[in-house]
Amino acid sequence: MAETSTTSVTARLWHPVARYGDMVRLWVRAELSYPASFAMLVVGSMLINALDFAGIAIMFSSIDSLGGFGLREIALLYGATGVGIGIADTLIGSVERIGEFIRTGRLDQMLTKPVPLLVQVCSDRFTLRRLGRITQASVVMAWALPIVDWTPSRVLVALLMVVSSSALFFGLFVLFSCVQFWTSDASEFANAFTYGGNTLTQYPLTVFPRELAIALTVVLPIAFVNWYPCLYLLGRPDPFGFPEWLQFCSPLAAALVVAAALLVWRTGVRRYTSTGS
Amino acid sequence: MLHVAVASRAFRRYSTYRAATVAGVFTNSVFGVIYSFAYLALWKANPDAGGYDAVDAVTFVWLGQALLMTVALWGGGATDDLAERIRTGDVAIDLYRPVDLVGWYLASDLGRAAYHFLTRGLAPTVIGLLLFDIALPDSPAAALGFALSIPLAVVVSFAIRFLVASTAFWLLDASGPRILTGALAIFFSGMSLPLVLFPGWLGGLAEALPFSAMIQVPNDIWLGRHTGLDLVGALAFQAGWALALLLACRFVLALATRKLVVQGG
Amino acid sequence: MPLIDVSGLERTFVVRRRAGFMRRTRSEVRAVHDLTFSVETGEMVGYIGPNGAGKSTTIKMLTGILVPTAGSLRVAGLDPSRQRTELAQRIGVVFGQRTTLWWDLPLRDSFELLRKIYRIPDARYRENLDRFVELLDLGDQLDTPVRQLSLGQRMRGDITAALLHDPEILYLDEPTIGLDVVSKGRLREFLRALNAERSTTLLLTTHDLQDIEALCDRVIVIDHGTSVYDGSLAGLHAQGGSSRTLVVDLVDEGPPIDVPGARVKKVEGPRQWLSFPTEASAAPVVAAVAASYDVADLSIQEPDIEDVIRDLYSRGA
Repeated sequence: MAETSTTSVTARLWHPVARYGDMVRLWVRAELSYPASFAMLVVGSMLINALDFAGIAIMFSSIDSLGGFGLREIALLYGATGVGIGIADTLIGSVERIGEFIRTGRLDQMLTKPVPLLVQVCSDRFTLRRLGRITQASVVMAWALPIVDWTPSRVLVALLMVVSSSALFFGLFVLFSCVQFWTSDASEFANAFTYGGNTLTQYPLTVFPRELAIALTVVLPIAFVNWYPCLYLLGRPDPFGFPEWLQFCSPLAAALVVAAALLVWRTGVRRYTSTGS
Repeated sequence: MLHVAVASRAFRRYSTYRAATVAGVFTNSVFGVIYSFAYLALWKANPDAGGYDAVDAVTFVWLGQALLMTVALWGGGATDDLAERIRTGDVAIDLYRPVDLVGWYLASDLGRAAYHFLTRGLAPTVIGLLLFDIALPDSPAAALGFALSIPLAVVVSFAIRFLVASTAFWLLDASGPRILTGALAIFFSGMSLPLVLFPGWLGGLAEALPFSAMIQVPNDIWLGRHTGLDLVGALAFQAGWALALLLACRFVLALATRKLVVQGG
Repeated sequence: MPLIDVSGLERTFVVRRRAGFMRRTRSEVRAVHDLTFSVETGEMVGYIGPNGAGKSTTIKMLTGILVPTAGSLRVAGLDPSRQRTELAQRIGVVFGQRTTLWWDLPLRDSFELLRKIYRIPDARYRENLDRFVELLDLGDQLDTPVRQLSLGQRMRGDITAALLHDPEILYLDEPTIGLDVVSKGRLREFLRALNAERSTTLLLTTHDLQDIEALCDRVIVIDHGTSVYDGSLAGLHAQGGSSRTLVVDLVDEGPPIDVPGARVKKVEGPRQWLSFPTEASAAPVVAAVAASYDVADLSIQEPDIEDVIRDLYSRGA
């Protein structure tokens, strides 16, 4: 009895994950069935990202440090947030388009399938093109890695940082896309937090006023994407004098954001099925 | 008269998406705040970088946010309709109509731009004014010049987007060129960083490309960096690109028409 | 217990309309009102009504996509909105013209994915696929990308996709819309065979009354959110007070024909239209006309179900 219930629980958890994988595979195959278009989009994506970092690098032709941080230190911040949002952006598929799905009836179709809605939406239009961003951010980050005085604990914090920042951005994408359950054409609202969060964390937090730094720690914990763990990696004392233990809290912050996102998602879906709009 | 009707229809079409407009204004403002602080830090480290002072730099940020949607820097606008009509083949009908296609879409895009300027241009500017120290136009001449340079910026941007959409005549799907051009436009217009900070030959190149007519030139006019004859020169630079690119649009459309006639679509 | 059991079902929507610059008015619209019906296993039911009558709102509630405002609703013993995922395993849904198939990939790939999504046992999957492919004549299309299929082939693909997991109920929303006559016929034949072979229950919404005539023994007509007729197709004709029409071409133009048991509906030159009750025999009417008038030609028109329903609507409203 106990054994059968364990298997069914594992099966229930495994089923959505496995189906996510199946659907992702199909989208990738569909994408690769247009090789020319795919190649052009990959090149485009790489160009966008290369130019993005070029903008920051050019700043340093006029200055030696920004907010007290050098180019390579900023490259570390840039790489960490870039890899995070890149992975999250890859994993969320069409979450940003649920308003459109509501309008076109696609959401209804998905609701009649025995796979959790979020899994279906996140695998929808999965595209390898977004790997361009992850690659570029990884290269920038790799360039910055030698400035870190590596110890086993720093390796661990670095790994946790990448996982946490991906999870945090994933949570932000889901959380703010849920606004579309209420106003289906306000998809751009989420950009302020997701891409805005990414842009913001490309700069050291010292660039911003103290109040904003506090808000980004306790209200919307975007500072945990890269700022706190990077302070630890760089062995720098907190410029705002905030507690040192915050530098280890990224996984916790990510877990909170993801939990909040899932909760709001459920509320949004429930609202949709109870109002029908 | 026809073109006025087309433009006002486009204006009304965009004005129905109120929630989208509010969300967009919010997003523009958030990005404005982020870039303002980043630039303030930059100009604190180097108080006259690129010949701007800190107030100029922050003004540049908010003008950029105001123009971003007005000139549809990322792409989009009326030319998306064109790309879609090419993809579906409906464009063949348009080509045989006795109206000039470039003029038609330009009118529609100007209507869209007017809407975006009045909402997503003005609203973030007001928010920027409340939050930061922003420079107002240097002189009446600068204000007038700015007012003239915005429609020119829209026309330059429109012509580039029209050319990009026209690639669909040959590629069927214009999304690759659209993304590529969007990336170039963001970088070379001054949106991601004022072109005055670009060093050496890169700066020279950036200022000569048509993308600079979309953000950098109008912003510099506002900031009073072009005066007298130089102001006329800046506007002429925009007008020159606008004219050249519109002629290119005509030319490409003629090529496409011939292709459709020869191959039957 | 019936497979589908709907009783006193209600659904209201809140509609906000812009009234002036910033003002909005809020009003409630009843999409479904006091709807009661039940469907037994193996029935093929036509669910018809004008646009906006509440058809799709009902289907949404039956599939668990929409929570009812009031009333009770059981499908296959489940509460659809609460047990949506469980129910999904037991129903098949084909929503109108919107395909669920992978546009750029061969048909077979979409089916394989569904095998995994519904966790269909391998043997069963192969058996079903073979059978449907044979019945629907899809063999040559299995390895063709969906975007290259004709509308009819795609619809057959979508229906196969909805059936691979052996659903007890199949909801079809306008399945023959846009199809040519041959495709329509083939599809109807398939649905009949499916029902005969597996007793799959069918709930069909359609504007094409030939679908109903070919498939459904039972029709539920809905208008303004409530059922205005539930019964056999023949009964619907009778209820509508439907009549057959005798078209008479006289040799010369003349006054309206006057015979017992029929009355003139229309006169157009030498041609006249006489209507008489469906249940009455045509023979005495024909005989009476032929006896008293110089007839060039005669023909009988069966009642048009569309007329019947229009009639029903106009009386309901």
